[in-house]
Amino acid sequence: MAADIIEVKNLTKVFGNVVAVDNVTFSIAEKDFLILLGPSGCGKTTILRMIAGLEIPTQGEIYLKDRLVFSSSKGVFVPARQREVGLVFQSYALWPHMTVFENIAFGLKVKREGSEVIRKKVDDILAYMQLEGMKDRYPQEMSGGQQQRVALARMLVSHPDILLMDEPLSNLDAKLRLEMRAEIKNIHSQIGATTVYVTHDQVEGQTMASNIAVINKGIIEQLAPPKTIYNRPANLFVADFIGSPAINLMEGRTSSEGDDGRVCFKTGEFTLVTAYRNIQPGREVVAAIRPESISIVKEESANTIPGEVRTILPSGPETVLRVRHANLVFSLLLTQEVNLSPGQKIHLYLPAENILVFDKQTGNLLPL
Amino acid sequence: MKRTHPSFSRFKNYIRRPHIVISLILLAILLFIVLVPFARMIRDSFIWQFADTRLSRNALPGEFTLFHWKRVFSSALTQNILVRPLFNSLTTSLSVSACAMFIGSMLAWLVARTDIPFRKTIATVAVLPYVIPSYIHALAWINLFKNDRIGGAAGVFQYLTGIVPPDWLSYGYLPIVVTLSIHYFPFTFLLVSAALTSIDSRLEESGEILGASRTHILRRITFPLVLPALLSSFILTFSRVLGTFGTPYFLGTPVRYFTLSTQIYSNITNRIPSVGYILAFVLIAISSAVIYINQKMIGKSKSYVTIGGKGFRVTDTPLGRMQYPLLALIVLLFLASVVLPLVLIVWQTLALYPGDYSLRHLTLLFWIGEANTAFAEGEAGVLRNPAILGAAWNSIKLALSASALAGFLGIFIGYAVVKGRNTKLASMVEQMSFLPYLVPGIAFGALYLALFSHSFGPIPALYGTFFLVALVCVAKNLPFTGRAVITSMLQIGSELEEASETLGARWSMRFRKIILPLSIQGAISGFVLVFITVMRELSLIILLVTPQTRTLTTMTFRYQEQGYTQFSSAISVMIIVIVIFGELFSKKLGKKGSI
Ligand SMILES: Nc1ncnc2c1ncn2[C@@H]1O[C@H](COP(=O)(O)OP(=O)(O)OP(=O)(O)O)[C@@H](O)[C@H]1O
Ligand SMILES: [Mg+2]
Repeated sequence: MAADIIEVKNLTKVFGNVVAVDNVTFSIAEKDFLILLGPSGCGKTTILRMIAGLEIPTQGEIYLKDRLVFSSSKGVFVPARQREVGLVFQSYALWPHMTVFENIAFGLKVKREGSEVIRKKVDDILAYMQLEGMKDRYPQEMSGGQQQRVALARMLVSHPDILLMDEPLSNLDAKLRLEMRAEIKNIHSQIGATTVYVTHDQVEGQTMASNIAVINKGIIEQLAPPKTIYNRPANLFVADFIGSPAINLMEGRTSSEGDDGRVCFKTGEFTLVTAYRNIQPGREVVAAIRPESISIVKEESANTIPGEVRTILPSGPETVLRVRHANLVFSLLLTQEVNLSPGQKIHLYLPAENILVFDKQTGNLLPL
Repeated sequence: MKRTHPSFSRFKNYIRRPHIVISLILLAILLFIVLVPFARMIRDSFIWQFADTRLSRNALPGEFTLFHWKRVFSSALTQNILVRPLFNSLTTSLSVSACAMFIGSMLAWLVARTDIPFRKTIATVAVLPYVIPSYIHALAWINLFKNDRIGGAAGVFQYLTGIVPPDWLSYGYLPIVVTLSIHYFPFTFLLVSAALTSIDSRLEESGEILGASRTHILRRITFPLVLPALLSSFILTFSRVLGTFGTPYFLGTPVRYFTLSTQIYSNITNRIPSVGYILAFVLIAISSAVIYINQKMIGKSKSYVTIGGKGFRVTDTPLGRMQYPLLALIVLLFLASVVLPLVLIVWQTLALYPGDYSLRHLTLLFWIGEANTAFAEGEAGVLRNPAILGAAWNSIKLALSASALAGFLGIFIGYAVVKGRNTKLASMVEQMSFLPYLVPGIAFGALYLALFSHSFGPIPALYGTFFLVALVCVAKNLPFTGRAVITSMLQIGSELEEASETLGARWSMRFRKIILPLSIQGAISGFVLVFITVMRELSLIILLVTPQTRTLTTMTFRYQEQGYTQFSSAISVMIIVIVIFGELFSKKLGKKGSI
């Protein structure tokens, strides 16, 4: 078996009558960087806390480094302090009555390291985190970004093999968030600890992860590398949740009008050729296409839809365009200069190979 | 690995968590100091006591009987034992709550929302009447308005004017209501001030922008917003007055004006404890009902109170020509509620003969005089009287040990409740620790008397020990320390402890390094509150003290009962001094302790 550092099997957590985590199974290989991504309240924090040993699962098993740390059926529960897992809280949870030095040294004191060793290690990590000269401050006397780095330092100083981070950047402003994102990625590649990172910011997910688990209502909807999640979302929830502006969705039926066996997608208004070949005609489906895959063309041709420009939202190098066709509104993401004005009639080109088709009933992506 | 049955290991894992262990221990303690006394009292009310052989020939000590219940609820004595005291209790409590609410809320409004001068000073001074023990207002009243018809010497009023005050002015309903209102209005003042300052004043401002008149704003916006604070101050005052013993005893008993609390006391001291217990139930039932109603009403109306906090200050309502008359009224209130009682009490201690207030006959005899058979049956002045100094020492010992223990237990209660939030176990701990709050002081003393006057299982009869008096003070005050720590722990959140847990710290280390330092602030404020409360405590311990364990408050009570008003006044002065020192010391401590 590959070296799976974290293994979670059929994990369930029920609070009263709320099922916060519902039969979740996944594993993380050594040095992997897994991101748990999902809307607020979907159970991300709960999963993390169960791995750390701060929450007792209702059902399931957890292995850390091949050691069984929780099993409901075998009645095993290893408490947090014996799991050797580093955790950064969303709130940082720095101790307000201790200085930065005391905060960071705490874990080392727990391990009864000598005071010289502690001093050296804390100084090293402070230097690494660019926090020299702050060791006698109290957390309340520092900026959000500095507090965040102290929280990271406190966790890293005892070199855990497993790092858990719960939305560590959510309290920072946009610029600082960008910097810290790079820093965390850098730390991960340097120390190579297996990391689980929770966020509901999908950009964070896209840029940092080796794998993403998209979670919804306590269930893992899809666990895959970021590219796959983006390009081949397993179902409509993932397709809709990932990407900004959101993916364009159209409801309709399949038909077999396409050439060389390709399946067509029909609504009452238009017909689009897709790259699919294995869907029987007449099936109710939802077709989807990412905003940046749609382009504007002058002439009407195959896979074009006529439309009227509604709004133009320039943002830096990109422009988001909203175009209406009948009762559908398409979002477009254009990187080139746009010379259009609202009300103008244009044609949208939806390339066949970029169209995804989902089953309407189950919401799952259909095979090509 | 040794295999055990999974459900057993699951149970073991459940038990092994520290806050579960603490909750279970706390439950055991609370069961012992709260629920068991209650059960014992119920039981005793159904059983013939030895002393009952005086009352009934059929009495079989130890056997079941409905005698006491019948005596209270349907006998020729019902009118005297239950109905009239109940009526008196309810009328005094209602009147006091209404007066205190009126004075307190008007004062709060003047300070928070108008341009009355010296607002800061008024706000500080307004709390003083509450710091003075409530029965001291009663003693001062007696010193002032006592007449010589009931027995003993006349008061200052008669001495100065020669007019004999009528009984209704000296004793009974009116003086009880006046003195207790004066004592309790700061309570409303504090609650309503807090509400007024925390209301988002933009709500009021938006009314003003819309062109509403000031009275309209006051009536339609401000008033509904402070209504919850008003209601709870009314109800809390009501339930406190209901359980007050000292004032109705001093001002009511001489004219046979009984309330439930004094009726409980006299039944228990007349060795009909079971009847006293039943009356205590009545008291507990009323005050539980009242507090229950309060919580229901607050729960509903709280939802629309916007506590925004950071709004701009509303422009103060100008009082115009009323400014100085109102200020004069406030000064008068302050004189009547603080200065006059203190002056009267001190003056009393200096009078050589009771009732003779002339300057010629002022003396320090009752403070520092040597034992002299010509005065006070040969008792030495309070400052060199070993019995009184012993009682002072007892008081301080009691207040310190009760507040330390209550603070200590409070930390554990706070921890167990916050850490186990939303679990049944934690809410059980919380509710049980809150129970003593529902039981009026005199009734709580009666509970303990019922339980600990006999030996009970492995526990010897604790009646007469210092430990018992301390225990009752701890139990009665747990709600305060528990609350204080719960509030401060809720603000801290549980993640701070969890962070240390993931770094490998054992519970003992987490407790020492994280939990204790972070919750000590809340515990200290609870500690101070309890210290001051116990220092002034009379209702709670009056049934439990014996000559060995008496405190300053109970000594005051005895001397007053025997007519040695100089001594009782002098001891009251000592209590006030100690309380004020405690308060000042705690302010210092609070400053140092803050991080
Ligand atoms: N201690 C608790 N008691 C009861 N319900 C809880 C508790 N903790 C979490 N829940 C519920 O479980 C669900 C999942 O919560 P969780 O904190 O894991 O969400 P999350 O994905 O981390 O959300 P967010 O992005 O807002 O942090 C929510 O519905 C929440 O209300
Ligand atoms: Mg969360």
